[in-house]
Amino acid sequence: MSALSPAVSRPVPLGRLTVVELRKLADTRAGLWLLIVIVLATAGTSVLQLGWADESEQSFPAFFLFGQVPSAVLLPVLGILSVTSEWSQRTVLGTFTLVPARGRVLGAKVVAGVLISVAATALAAILAAVATVIAGPLGGAASWRLEPSLIGQSLLLQAVFVLMGIGFGTLLLSTPLAIVVFFALPTVWSVLGSVVKSLSTASEWLDLNFTSQALTNPDMTGGEWSRLAVSATVWVVIPLVAGVVRVLRQEVS
Amino acid sequence: MIEVEHLTKRYGRHLAVDDVSFTCEPGTVTGFLGPNGAGKSTTMRMICGLATPTSGTATVSGVEYRRLGNPGRQIGVLLDASAQHAGRTGRETLALAAVTMGLDTARVPERLRQVGLEGAAARRRVRAYSLGMRQRLGLAYAMIGDPAVLILDEPANGLDPEGIHWMRGLLRGFADRGGTVLLSSHLLREVEVVADRLVMIGGGRVLMQGDKAQLLGAAGTLVRAADPVALDALLDRMGVTGSRCADGGVLVPAGPQSIGQAAAESGVVLLELRAAGSGGLEEMFLRLTAKSELEEVSR
Repeated sequence: MSALSPAVSRPVPLGRLTVVELRKLADTRAGLWLLIVIVLATAGTSVLQLGWADESEQSFPAFFLFGQVPSAVLLPVLGILSVTSEWSQRTVLGTFTLVPARGRVLGAKVVAGVLISVAATALAAILAAVATVIAGPLGGAASWRLEPSLIGQSLLLQAVFVLMGIGFGTLLLSTPLAIVVFFALPTVWSVLGSVVKSLSTASEWLDLNFTSQALTNPDMTGGEWSRLAVSATVWVVIPLVAGVVRVLRQEVS
Repeated sequence: MIEVEHLTKRYGRHLAVDDVSFTCEPGTVTGFLGPNGAGKSTTMRMICGLATPTSGTATVSGVEYRRLGNPGRQIGVLLDASAQHAGRTGRETLALAAVTMGLDTARVPERLRQVGLEGAAARRRVRAYSLGMRQRLGLAYAMIGDPAVLILDEPANGLDPEGIHWMRGLLRGFADRGGTVLLSSHLLREVEVVADRLVMIGGGRVLMQGDKAQLLGAAGTLVRAADPVALDALLDRMGVTGSRCADGGVLVPAGPQSIGQAAAESGVVLLELRAAGSGGLEEMFLRLTAKSELEEVSR
């Protein structure tokens, strides 16, 4: 038996895998256009506010918070695609032959997802700053005061939904199915929670659409944090863990 | 070096791979032959850690595939040339593999040139590639980490005759430099030129394996007589059962010497008498696989 060189026996570092996963997000037409649309839509939110919002609303925090909406909606789709496209395009065959430690590949996808949400938050902040500068001469409030707690909370908001996308993608391993379920299931649950009386308490704790809204208000309370934690466990952690188990066991062909 | 020992894979009641064992030595090309559905791909997927064997083991360079941290630098794998993202360019596909393995992407253009995908073809998206171009890209993908072992599933699919010739040269050169190649096909003719060893499987089991020269020699003798009825009677008297080939000859599991002798003694006029070689091997292969498929059906 020949001794294998360290280049072969040592696992591929997570950092390198993350670089590969980030690159995969943008190197196909679908991924690239999704990113372009997010940038344009984020810029679009500032334009909308500059044109039509009340002057008192034309402040940095308002631009910043509204600017988060496009990425909060669309980045999860990128998260879904980063997993499901490997199966629909069957690239998983190459991915897992190059990195047999499947958990590391999924880990890199999660890290890439978090990094892209940080980038989206930063982009929203930069575009909000530009909009605030423009708003001044146009008669807007142009206030720069942002509650510091909102920065971390905004980051979390982005990351939670991207990870939920990755979780649904990993669990379902099908692009159309994951996208439909990702958008439809929480909405159906929200509607049920508001209509059916007996579900209203459960919905307060388990409706991520509802509990995550607290992230857009400064200084969340302990109760809000616990409700967010419980609903995120149900909608993000459980699908992600179940999905990882599925992928680790699955036969790739 | 690839070592496969008693590899078995069961899906429910169906035994896809049944106690398969073989070894691929450095410096050789092993042709892995069998009809579609014989279990070739399943065996290869188990070697590469993509499917878990029901029992048995497979190692590459002495190590179980899944325990290799960065296998691309040791083993090049091409299991399905169509399993590439249609929206990625050929160049990007190779670049991703290089980055994953920790290699400089500067080698990518050179590797694309080696497989004939330079210039515009490299910048095109895989969607626009023909199957032959995908096979070429797949070979470049498998070889970009300068591996010592290659595992290729039906790499000749979709290649034109010139492409097949080119690939044979590539694999022969790779083995002559000390590499190990495992190459599957459902066509004997496709691999017999380049292979040193053959492993034939059908219905999930190894039907026959050995050195190519040895197998070709063991394939029997081709006999053709002016009077086929007289030849049949002669073979009957000798106690050997021949099998009729498409061209009217008879493939006999005996040496040319004994048949020629018997024919001369009984006055049967022979038109042809020679070692059957690859034609005989193919007959034998078809017969073996047909039999194993029949068993499969009757089970």
